[in-house]
Amino acid sequence: MQRIGDGVAVRRLLIGAAVVLAALFLLLPLVAIFAQAFARGIDVFWANVTNHYTLAAIQLTLFIAVLTIPVCLVFGVALAWLVTRFRFPGRRILQTLIDIPFAVSPVVAGLVYLLLYGRTGWLGSWLDGHDIQLMFAWPGILLVTIFVTCPFVARELIPLMQAQGSREEEAAVTLGAPGWTIFRRVTLPNIRWALLYGVILTNARAVGEFGAVSVVSGAIRGQTNTLPLHLEQLYQDYNTVGAFASASLLALIALLTLVAKAGLEWRAARREVHP
Amino acid sequence: MSSRSFAIGLGSTPKRVLPGFGLSLGISLTFVSLMLLLPMTGLFGQLAGLSLAEYWAIITNERVVASYVVTIGAAAVAAIVNAAFGLLLAWVLVRYTFPGKRLLDALMDLPFALPTAVAGITLATLYSSNGWMGQLLEPLGLQVAYTWVGIALAMSFTSIPFVVRTVQPVLEDMPNEMDEAALTLGASDFTGFRRVILPHLWPALVTGTGLAFVRSLGEFGAIIFIAGNMPYETEITALMIFVRLQEYDYAGASAIASVVLFVSLALLLAINIWQGRFIKRLHGGHG
Repeated sequence: MQRIGDGVAVRRLLIGAAVVLAALFLLLPLVAIFAQAFARGIDVFWANVTNHYTLAAIQLTLFIAVLTIPVCLVFGVALAWLVTRFRFPGRRILQTLIDIPFAVSPVVAGLVYLLLYGRTGWLGSWLDGHDIQLMFAWPGILLVTIFVTCPFVARELIPLMQAQGSREEEAAVTLGAPGWTIFRRVTLPNIRWALLYGVILTNARAVGEFGAVSVVSGAIRGQTNTLPLHLEQLYQDYNTVGAFASASLLALIALLTLVAKAGLEWRAARREVHP
Repeated sequence: MSSRSFAIGLGSTPKRVLPGFGLSLGISLTFVSLMLLLPMTGLFGQLAGLSLAEYWAIITNERVVASYVVTIGAAAVAAIVNAAFGLLLAWVLVRYTFPGKRLLDALMDLPFALPTAVAGITLATLYSSNGWMGQLLEPLGLQVAYTWVGIALAMSFTSIPFVVRTVQPVLEDMPNEMDEAALTLGASDFTGFRRVILPHLWPALVTGTGLAFVRSLGEFGAIIFIAGNMPYETEITALMIFVRLQEYDYAGASAIASVVLFVSLALLLAINIWQGRFIKRLHGGHG
């Protein structure tokens, strides 16, 4: 059947334009990251990555991600269960509220946390009186990271759980299964891949967050520097190769995220063909 | 008829069959209150300390207004470029098969997966005068790094997936018969695209472009490295907030942040309403 734009000339022109533009605009930067990181050889790259401050930044970044993921996971699953399995007043508002972190500029996100928990904030001054400092320390970084990443798991789960409906779970209730068993044996197998992808997205954003973290971190080298803040400092100090060595580690996580997404989509497509 | 509507039809009050309502409501409300709503009180508390005249003076400060112009102008250019480029990419990915298509499709998510600071230093390096792209473009008289063109480029990079991923599913679901009808009636490719396909894609294209625009308004990490950050010329509003914070001017930072917050939330609401209206029209009012 003939469709619009199926002529050979049009097709070649459009594919060519899309591929060339995407290569220049998206692929070239990716190549440039690794080219810059290895510009002075693998030894210099390795020395940069194993540098004391870089290792400290990697450690803090992973620590924050490891703490962020379970919080987002519990919240995401609870919220998705709530809005897809029950009708109640305020359901729509709740669904809109969780999109706030996506709409808010990262710098504004960092700022609101700084205002609340910083020394001048009403909660921060109380905490300060009890010798608890959240801002310019890792708890502040953790809080803003949770803020910017919390919608991902819920956003992956809600459309899927909505589409699947609750008939299987209702059947399990009729058969007398307790709540936790229903979730573990019926719901979880249905949503596990979306859940996994939500976690992967949460992780990608958690290790890479820059704007919000730079407001609340204080960027003390070796102490409150995450990897993105560390590479900024190196770049501002004209240590381009060092900055790109750190950048390449983050780019690698981004690449793994893309591979995981492609893999999960391929799985889903295969299941549609052979259910 | 589904079992749910049957059950609701029988009883006068719908009974909650599934367990976990209390627990999931508790977790969700606690989280939303503590993590999303409570921090906003800090911003309003700070703003409450300002008189209206002071507030107005901060947000209409000459340097701040210049940053609005730079941010909105660059975001608008980036959004328009992305509308065209995103439409092309979505079209090619849905309509054609060619070697490397899966790779191209995977590449579309790169700007979302790549940390913004990494994108920022990479674009700044690529488009500086001795970078790979800068070397090619500068002899042609196009300076990208440290100008508003660089800002628009960084915005365009971080927001292109919004357009592609919004248009792509709508294009996929479009019935082939629409193409066939247009061509049978003797329309050319161009006329068919303009009169049949574009009206069908229009709502998705506007939504995707709108989301890209909102994202660009708030973007920080990808922009500051390539922008040059010259006051009045290449300074974005998000950076103005940051500058005020470094001066310990918390009131000033909050006032500017409230403008950014208000504009992005208003735009997001407008996009949601626009999208809702369109979905209703498509599903005959049952959306």
